[in-house]
Amino acid sequence: MLKIENLHAAIDGKPILKGIDLEIRPGEVHAIMGPNGSGKSTLSQVLAGNEEYEVTAGRVIYKGRDLLEMPVEERALEGVFLAFQYPVEIPGFANAEFLRAAVNAHRKHRGEPELDAFDFSRFAREKIEQLELDPKLLTRALNAGFSGGEKKRNECLQMTLLEPSLAILDETDSGLDIDALQIVAKGVNSLRDGQRGFLVITHYQRLLDHIVPDVVHVLADGRIVRTGGKELARELEEKGYGWLDEAVAAGADKEGRA
Amino acid sequence: MSDEKQLLDDLSRQKYKWGFVTDIESDTVPPGLNEDVIRFISARKKEPEWMLEFRLKAFRHWQTLSEPDWQKVQFPPVDYQAISYYSAPKPKKKLDSMDEVDPELVATYEKLGIPLSEQKRLAGVAVDAVFDSVSVATTHQEKLAEMGVIFMPISEAVHEHPDLVRRYLGSVVPHTDNFFAALNAAVFTDGSFVYIPKGLKCPLELSTYFRINAENTGQFERTLIVADEGAYVSYLEGCTAPQRDENQLHAAVVELYAHADAGIKYSTVQNWYPGDEDGKGGIYNFVTKRGLCAGDRSRISWTQVETGSAITWKYPSCVLKGDGSVGEFYSVALTANRQQADTGTKMIHLGKNTRSTIISKGISAGHADQTYRGLVRMGRNAHGARNFTQCDSMLLGDKCGAHTFPYIEAKNASTQVEHEATTTRIGADQIFYCNQRGIATEDAVSMIVGGFCREVFKELPMEFAVEAQKLLSVSLEGSVG
Repeated sequence: MLKIENLHAAIDGKPILKGIDLEIRPGEVHAIMGPNGSGKSTLSQVLAGNEEYEVTAGRVIYKGRDLLEMPVEERALEGVFLAFQYPVEIPGFANAEFLRAAVNAHRKHRGEPELDAFDFSRFAREKIEQLELDPKLLTRALNAGFSGGEKKRNECLQMTLLEPSLAILDETDSGLDIDALQIVAKGVNSLRDGQRGFLVITHYQRLLDHIVPDVVHVLADGRIVRTGGKELARELEEKGYGWLDEAVAAGADKEGRA
Repeated sequence: MSDEKQLLDDLSRQKYKWGFVTDIESDTVPPGLNEDVIRFISARKKEPEWMLEFRLKAFRHWQTLSEPDWQKVQFPPVDYQAISYYSAPKPKKKLDSMDEVDPELVATYEKLGIPLSEQKRLAGVAVDAVFDSVSVATTHQEKLAEMGVIFMPISEAVHEHPDLVRRYLGSVVPHTDNFFAALNAAVFTDGSFVYIPKGLKCPLELSTYFRINAENTGQFERTLIVADEGAYVSYLEGCTAPQRDENQLHAAVVELYAHADAGIKYSTVQNWYPGDEDGKGGIYNFVTKRGLCAGDRSRISWTQVETGSAITWKYPSCVLKGDGSVGEFYSVALTANRQQADTGTKMIHLGKNTRSTIISKGISAGHADQTYRGLVRMGRNAHGARNFTQCDSMLLGDKCGAHTFPYIEAKNASTQVEHEATTTRIGADQIFYCNQRGIATEDAVSMIVGGFCREVFKELPMEFAVEAQKLLSVSLEGSVG
């Protein structure tokens, strides 16, 4: 469903992604791990369509279409969901209204009738119960004054409401306690239906105890330096990222020769 | 959301919904202003001698004044001799009920969505509709009259309640106040008069819809609201005007007078024709609005949502004379395209322990320029008086401007004045976040702006809050992306 080929991207002229190749088939959960600054978040932002990042080479095929040609909303409406590492705050904008606007935009795109405030409230409450979240989340302003954990829970709620085909979770686990972690895992696992794809970006292995990935990639200096099964995550946890320096050096060396 | 969407869809298909002209024979004087014109207006309205004198005194004073130029707006000079100062639909006879009102007039109101009909009564709103300058229908007058409320066109009040009108007219905004107040006092043709008797909380929200119709006719409303001791009234004013190529001058005066323990809440949603994208046409809205908290513990609250007019220039103010009196000003001003606004408030603290709150939200888009100008004056005897001012500006795009000129004068050391100000832009990150959830940029902007203005909207009566939110969405169309 998602095929990334030789993707290069830069911000302010500084190259961050230096040739990513990755393929996610329907139903697969891929984890991306790697040290800070390796380009994990950049990858998620580029896939979502953040214009601050410039794609300098490569292509991305999503459901048979050129993803990079699609505007941000269209990617979203076609099922690409990004759980932000740093969700923005919009003071005064009721979370419930925001969520309803998002859900209705998706429903409209699918040719379904929009939900009125009552139907939406019922729908949202169902999901809130399912995720064992605090219903007060709905009545507050969008992320304004939310704690880090609340923001992440809200991202997770949005994912559950929008039922994306491809969910990208950008360090959704960072800063979360174990309870919150389980909520996130629950959200993802409830959506796993053999059709949806997941790209789980994380710094730590512990999330992957709850969301068991099919494939684990290690990103370093803008490249995927290793790919393996779920045991790779555990190996990283034990050995740390120190060994990567070698791999990065090898990559740079390769670049130098090319 | 679906309502909003529907509204945007509807409105994107039309330029300015209310840009139609009703074809009604108008009784109009030739353009120009001199004592004869004033005598004509006064005679047409069969005014008593004291009223004519009031006008002539104002006119003579006006002749000594020149148009002020300190405001931060630009417009070509207004030719006051090119304006026609009287225009009234010709009534065939005195009207006893709505059924007798010119059907074309009624149709116009329907188009404007003015709820003059019975449904509106059920909604609890009495409507005094001003068409051009003469009020043609007043609903609920009887019901209100039973309770001692007077709510009628000021031209009628001059005849029916001369003592009240004479006592209060010009008591808050004297003709000597400023150029436009003098002009208004000389030539005003109609407006509303409200008197709430002692101890009565007016059970209806009173509303007036103003509408400028005949071409080249300046509109000079005069509104006077008096709340006697312990009385309370909420008054709503909403405006639309037909599309015009020529600029139209609007110089209204609104006076509020609150006795001891009385409260007056005055809300405005203003969406007059702002001119086209290049700034051609549009209304000049030069209004003097002031409330006097004359009695102790009285309270006056202004709430305004200004989205229309080519130029908006107004400072609804409170003079806090009574001890412990309270003044409030809540404002949302939106300027897009080439619109200009220089607006704010004045809070004049004279009495002890007086309090005032100013919440101003300015949104500027396109090539628009907007100024908040506010004065907080703590008088020598205003012991323990307090003011809180919050003044926020939001910019959309990089060609618009927002300016803040707060003036603070404190002559009493025991007073407290707080001023907070912020300027924000709608952030690309906020838009990206909304887009990533499938929400289109325009919808996102309208929702973010709605959030920005929430503090003010919640001060509006419910039905106005909805209208205000819609107006903002419509006014912001095409401002982003």
